[in-house]
Formats: sequence, C-alpha cells, structure tokens
Amino acid sequence: MNSTLLRTTAVRSALRAAAPSSAARAGIAGTTFVRGKATLPDLAYDYGALEPAISGKIMELHHKNHHNTYVTSFNNFSEQIAEAKQKNDIAAQIALQPLINFHGGGHINHTLFWENLAPTSQGGGEPPTGALAGAINDSYGSLDAFKEKFNAALAGIQGSGWAWLVQDTQTGKVGIKTYANQDPVVGQFRPILGVDAWEHAYYLQYQNRKAEYFKAIWDVINWKAAEKRLK
Amino acid sequence: MSAPSYTLPPLPYAYDALEPHISKQIMELHHGKHHQTYITNLNAALKTQAEAVHTSDITSQVGLQAAIKFNAGGHINHSLFWQNLAPASSAEAKTSAAPELIKQINAIWGDEQAFYDAFKTTLLGIQGSGWGWLVKVETGKEQRLTIVTTKDQDPVVGKGEVPIFGIDMWEHAYYLQYLNGKPAYVENIWKVINWKTAEERFLGTRADAFKVLRASI
Repeated sequence: MNSTLLRTTAVRSALRAAAPSSAARAGIAGTTFVRGKATLPDLAYDYGALEPAISGKIMELHHKNHHNTYVTSFNNFSEQIAEAKQKNDIAAQIALQPLINFHGGGHINHTLFWENLAPTSQGGGEPPTGALAGAINDSYGSLDAFKEKFNAALAGIQGSGWAWLVQDTQTGKVGIKTYANQDPVVGQFRPILGVDAWEHAYYLQYQNRKAEYFKAIWDVINWKAAEKRLK
Repeated sequence: MSAPSYTLPPLPYAYDALEPHISKQIMELHHGKHHQTYITNLNAALKTQAEAVHTSDITSQVGLQAAIKFNAGGHINHSLFWQNLAPASSAEAKTSAAPELIKQINAIWGDEQAFYDAFKTTLLGIQGSGWGWLVKVETGKEQRLTIVTTKDQDPVVGKGEVPIFGIDMWEHAYYLQYLNGKPAYVENIWKVINWKTAEERFLGTRADAFKVLRASI
C-alpha cells in the first residue's frame, strides 16, 4: 500500500519530540522498524482549494476530524489485536476484525481519496489520457457515459459508502463498484478512483441534494493520480 | 394494478420544538426532504411492483425488493422516530411518563443511568448509517426488552418485535448541528425522547405501534 499510510513508531516519536508540525512531511526515512503506526497524511492542497466543488469547511472537518479519528482508532485497535495475538486470544482477535476493517478501511479510503482530488489550478477535472482513457472508453464508450454510470452507482448507495473505479487484477479491465461503509478496495480489485458518498463528505454544503455533489466533484478529480494507480 | 400510495405524516410538533437539542433546520430537512424522498421512492417502487405482479414478472418483483425494503424502511423508521420524540420541557419527555417501561428497564439494566450508558455505547458502535432501537420481543407468553441496531434503513419488523423507541444515527440526523460530535448528539437527543409514546408502545401491540403507517396511506 501507499507509503504515506504507514510510518514507524520510532520515527514518529523522534519527530514528535522535535517538531510536531513537520511530522507528516518527513517519515519514510525510518530505518529501525519497531511497529507500523498509521498517521494522518498531509493534503497536497489547501482546505479551501477545492471550492466551489467542496467547501473548505467540509475539507477541514473531513480531513482533520473524520480521517484522523479513523487513524487513531485504527492504531488503538491494532495495538489491541497485537496484544490478543501475544496472548493467543483467538476470540478477541476475531472480535477486533470488524473494527480493523472499519477504521483501517476509513484510513485507506480517505488517503486514496485526497490523492485523487486536485484543485483545478493543479489539473483537477482535466480528463484522463493514455491507458486509463483507453480503458474507460473500451468499457463505457466515453468519459461522459462513464461519469453518468458512476454517478448512478453513487446515487444507488443505500446508507454510507463509497463508489470506486476499480481494476480487476485478473482481467486488467476497469469497472465501477460500490462498497458499504468503510470497506476498502482490497483483494481481486485495485482502487483507481474513489468518491466518498458518506453524508459527512457533502452535507454542510449540499444537504440532501447529493446529486449536485456527485456532479460537482468531477471538476476536482485528479485523473493524473488515478492513471498512476492503473497497472 | 393499483398500489397504495403513502404520504408524509405531519410532525406532532413544530420544526423548532426540539431546540436547542435538534435544530429547526435539521428537522425541516430531515422531515420535509429526507423522509419525503423515502416516501416518493417507495411509492414509485410499489407501483412498479404492482405492475410486475400483474404481469407475473417474478424476476422484476425480486429485483425490486431491495428498493422496497430500503425506502419502506426509511418511511417506517422516520414515522416512528418523529412520534418518539417530544419537546424537552414537556411532561412526555420525562421518564415518569413511562412507569411500567421504566420498571422493566430497571429490572434488566439496573437503573436508568446504566440503561442509558448501554444504549449510548451501542449507538456509538454503529459503523456507517443506521439506527438504534429499544425493542420489545414477544415469544409466546414471554416478553423481553433488548437494545438493537439496524443498518441503513432496515426496519424493526421481525416476528414478535415491537419497536419502543428509535434513534436515527445517520449523519443527516445531526451533522448540521453537531458535525462529527456524535456523542454530544446522543446525549442531547436523550433529552427529547417521548417516554409517553414509549410507554404506549411497550404496553400495546405491534399493530398499535405501527398505526401511524396506516394513517399515512
């Protein structure tokens, strides 16, 4: 998975002692691996940079509060599951699995989501090129036809969840899949592009008019980042 | 080919009656938009289903079940929810309005505080959208109370189950006011539970609890 997802405890504590504000920027240089701890990744743009598609207030809460809660909860339950393993407590390990899936999934999903968004000044909304453009055209005929199907998938989510453009690792083909709650795209499918359909992702700005959010978000999709995920 | 058509039940109080615990803006959107949308989509699905029944189209009938469950669930849940809330200053919002129910709650959980703590923990454990309910389960002559959660808009309609009161844990139920502060929402909505309604549902039958739905046809 992405290098921003896991960093070592040793590096974290060293950085915390030195300069907490730069902690999220350094990181991968850690050599002594103690145990991976998830940290909140920095955004590559300002909170207000995706306006008017997504308001600065939504971005700030979504990143600093929601995403961060997934990170801290994931670390907390990871510690608990490590303890349960040490004690050979299988029942406790199984009981913790849904929490790992939910909070770990929340961390993975949001990390990928921030990356596959960009302000228009940094290429947000510029249509895909190359292999990804070809794959989308092959499967959906055109980018507009794809967007229409993707938005229908988003609108069809009952409750909280995500819609993803995924690549089938068996066939190489791309397709649209929805996932409940924070279930991450793992296993047979590779995440290419995700859109968060939880109400917290749009409610302050769009309230119940979620179709408007689904329409507007294409203005800030970072297709370059999506292309890099395709194999 | 005719299918029943449901309409939005009126709130038993004004949109701002639950303030400061639930804001007027939330109530307006929640009732006027979200609940209405479930009803609109339910009516559309029921109409399509009636046609599929008429033409003996079994695959379409089965295909429609998820949409019917979701939208009917949304209608059922919200209809029950509005009725099991009341302004904080009203007599209905005091647990003294539910003497028999509280007696059984205390017998099971020990006291009101322990019951609240258990309910709160359950609500905060919901992953994604869903509801928390206090449910009376009748099996033969026996009855018990239990706290259950349901995902998305799954309604409490199992055999012998009577929903006593429910709390909506979808983000649209609190986000405009509480943002990600879910625990504060739970603490405050507890102050506007309609214990009189809860007592009536506890003492009554399943049909009594759901009578609001018949009235919305």
